[in-house]
Amino acid sequence: MIEFHEVSKRYDGGNEALAGLSFTAERGEMLFVTGPSGAGKSTLLKLLALIERPSRGQIIVNGRNLGGLRRRQIPHYRRQVGVIFQDHKLLLERSVFDNVALPLVIGGVPRNEIPRRVGAALELVGLLHKERALPIQLSTGEQQRVGIARAVISRPPILIADEPTGNLDPELSYEVMRLFQRLNQVGITVLVASHDHNLIRRLGQRFISLRAGRLVPPELAGGAYAGT
Amino acid sequence: MPARDSGAQVSRRTLGQRFSAYLAHHRQTLFDGLQQLGRQPLATFMTVAVIGIALALPAGALVLVNNARGLSAGWQGTARISLFLKNGLSDGTVQQLADSVRAHSGVAAVQVISAEQALVDFQRRSGFNDTLSLLGSNPLPAVLVVQPTAAYTAPAAAQQLAQSFGALPQVDQVRMDVQWLKRLQAILALLHRGVLIVAVLLAIAVVLIVGNTIRLEIENRRAEIEVSKLLGATDRFVRRPFLYHGAWYGLAGGVLAWILVLIGLALMGGPVDQLVGLYGSHFSLSGLGASGVLGLLAGGIVLGWLGSWLAVARHLRAIEPT
Ligand SMILES: Nc1ncnc2c1ncn2[C@@H]1O[C@H](COP(=O)(O)OP(=O)(O)OP(=O)(O)O)[C@@H](O)[C@H]1O
Ligand SMILES: [Mg+2]
Repeated sequence: MIEFHEVSKRYDGGNEALAGLSFTAERGEMLFVTGPSGAGKSTLLKLLALIERPSRGQIIVNGRNLGGLRRRQIPHYRRQVGVIFQDHKLLLERSVFDNVALPLVIGGVPRNEIPRRVGAALELVGLLHKERALPIQLSTGEQQRVGIARAVISRPPILIADEPTGNLDPELSYEVMRLFQRLNQVGITVLVASHDHNLIRRLGQRFISLRAGRLVPPELAGGAYAGT
Repeated sequence: MPARDSGAQVSRRTLGQRFSAYLAHHRQTLFDGLQQLGRQPLATFMTVAVIGIALALPAGALVLVNNARGLSAGWQGTARISLFLKNGLSDGTVQQLADSVRAHSGVAAVQVISAEQALVDFQRRSGFNDTLSLLGSNPLPAVLVVQPTAAYTAPAAAQQLAQSFGALPQVDQVRMDVQWLKRLQAILALLHRGVLIVAVLLAIAVVLIVGNTIRLEIENRRAEIEVSKLLGATDRFVRRPFLYHGAWYGLAGGVLAWILVLIGLALMGGPVDQLVGLYGSHFSLSGLGASGVLGLLAGGIVLGWLGSWLAVARHLRAIEPT
C-alpha cells in the first residue's frame, strides 16, 4: 500500500532529513515509525501527505507513483489519506462540529448526511458532548482527538498520524492507539509516527526505527522490528 | 465506527446526489459570504461606499447627459428657419412667396411677418418709438418664419431646406435657429464620451478596490485555506467563497450607487422645474430606467467578481500547506 524506494529529502536549508529510506507497509497493515527528535518522522509523513516532495527516490501509494501526480490530481489523492498532524491544525474560529465536518463538505457529501456522520466520528473519540465547543475551549488532548475524528470521518483507506499521543496521558494514549488498532482491523492502513517506545511495545505492533533519516538496523532496534 | 468502504465512497453516490450536494455548497458559500460581510460592518461599509460612489458618479453623469440630449432632441421640433426678405417687396409678392414656400414638402407651416408688423413688434419691445419715426421709412424687412415638417427637423435636413430657400431671389438672408442646437448637441456628445471614459477608469478602480479587499481577506483566512487544501479541497472549492464575496461587494456597491443617483435626481428636481418653468415648457428629469438599474447592479456584480478573481488568481495558489 505504501512503498518508499531510496527516498531522500534535503530541505532548502541543506538539512538532509531523509537519506535513502526504503520500506513497505502492506495494505491493511499498521506500522509505527519511531526514532528520536529530528530523525525525520514528520518529514516522512509530510512526503506521504504531499506537503513536501522528495529530493530523490520514489514513493508509491496504492499503486500510484506520487512523483507522477499533477497539481490538479493532488486534492483527490489527499482525500484518500487521513492525516493527524503533530500540531493538529484545527480551525480555531470554527466549532468542533464544523472542523470535523470540513472533509465531508470538501468531498461534496450531501448536507443532510453530515450531522449523523460527524456525530459518529465524535462519538468514536468520546467527544460527542463537545460538538458546539470551539477548539480553544478544549484541552490539548481533546484537540488532538478532534483532529483524529476529522481524519477518519471521510473513511480514507490510509490513515497517517504524527505523534497523535504527544499530549495525552498514558491511559488516554493507550486508548487512542487502541482506536487506531480498531480502525486498522476494519481494513484501514495505518502509519503512526511516535517516539513512545513503551507504548509501541505494549501494543505489540510492527515498527521501523529512524535515526538521522536512515533506518536503524534491526539488531540495534530491538522489539518487533520490521525494516525491509 | 467507519466501515471499510473507503475510496469507493465517492463513486457510489449517484451523479444527481453529488450535483445537489454541489449546488448546496454553492448556496451555502453564497450566504456565508453575506454573513461574513456583516461580521465587520464598518470595514464592509467603507468598501461598499467607495464602490458605490465610484459607480454613482458616472451613472449620475450619464443620466444627466442623457436627459440633456433628450431635451435638445425635443427642441429640434421647434427648430425654425427665418427667411429675411429683400426690402421693398409688395405685400402681394410676399404672400405669393409664402404660398410657394408653404407648397414645399418639407414645410409644415409658414408665418408671414410683414415689414409693418415687424416694425410694430420692434417698437413695442424696444421702446425706440420716437427714434424710428424719425427715420421716415421702415428699415425692417418682411420675414417668413418657416416651420419644417418632422422629417426635416434634423439639423442636416433643415440645413438643406434653408439652403434651397436661400437661393430664392426675393430672399436676402436665411437664419436657422438650429445652429446653436447643433453646437449644443456636439458638446453633449463630447460630454457623453468624456463620461464614458471616466466610467471606464472608475470601473478599473472598483476592480482594484475589490481586489485589494479580497487580498486582505485571503491573508486573514490563510489558515483555513491551508487546512482545506490539506484535506483535499480543490482550487475551485477554495476560490469559490472569495469570488462570491467579491460579487456581493459589487452588488452592494451597485445598490448604493442606485440610491445615490436617486437622491441626486431628487435634489435636482426642484431647480430643474424652475428652469424649465422659465421657458414655459414641460420637462421632468428621467431616472436610470429599468435597464439602467439592471446595468448598474449587473455591472457592480461583474466588477466585484473580476476584482476578486484577480486577487484569487494572484494569491491563492501561493498558499500551500507546510
Ligand atoms: N521545513 C524545514 N526546513 C528545513 N529543515 C527542516 C524542515 N523541517 C524539518 N527540517 C529538518 O529535518 C530534520 C527532520 O525533521 P522532522 O520534523 O522530520 O523530525 P521528527 O522526527 O519529526 O522530529 P520530532 O520528533 O521532534 O517531531 C530535522 O533536522 C529538521 O531540522
Ligand atoms: Mg515531528
